[in-house]
Amino acid sequence: MIQYAILFAFGCLSVALCLNLWRLLRGPSVGDRIISLDTMVINAIAVIVLIGIALADDTYFQAALLMAMVGFVGTVAYCKFILRGDIVE
Amino acid sequence: MSGLGTIAEFVTAFLIVLGALFALVGSWGLVRLPTLMERLHGPTKATTLGVGAMLVGSMVFFRLENGEWSGQELLISLFLFITAPIAANMMAKVHLHRLRLSDEAISPGKAGVPPEPDGKAGWSTYDAPQPDTPVATSRK
Repeated sequence: MIQYAILFAFGCLSVALCLNLWRLLRGPSVGDRIISLDTMVINAIAVIVLIGIALADDTYFQAALLMAMVGFVGTVAYCKFILRGDIVE
Repeated sequence: MSGLGTIAEFVTAFLIVLGALFALVGSWGLVRLPTLMERLHGPTKATTLGVGAMLVGSMVFFRLENGEWSGQELLISLFLFITAPIAANMMAKVHLHRLRLSDEAISPGKAGVPPEPDGKAGWSTYDAPQPDTPVATSRK
């Protein structure tokens, strides 16, 4: 049962990542691109967690945690750069 | 014990499917909604909730697998639930600044362009940008 759920979830997340990519390429403003990159990072975390479940290996959790931290810092840095033209003032 | 194992398996499968559906709905909202302020809703709420559900599913799965509870998945959930509003706030600020400077073709939506702050000390988002930054130099 879990195998089918994992397959279904991989399908859903692939479609979700494609939709994010569409918004990233389409724009139209810088804000849209930041949002779509942030969403892509969150979906990538979901994919990593799912790989961890599929392979029954709980070390993938650490990659997901790192991704969550780096993704947040990246989003805030990008926003700060657009707002102030500088990241660390 | 096998009965409990079946229930745990069912709960894991349900949470994985639920999480994947929420993530899909959030991304679909990102594509479908008309303005940036509305587009913020999908990723910040639906996708965060979806990843949260998937992490709880992962927690139940590894309880089944290893035979003991581990709270480490909750760390990611907690971190995402704390950071998602902050990231959304920053992106809304970027949108407001871009909208006020109107230096690109973005749709203001029904609310229209936000008014200029009056007086010397405005809303902190609208305080004067430092000289020679992209925001300052793109001002018309």
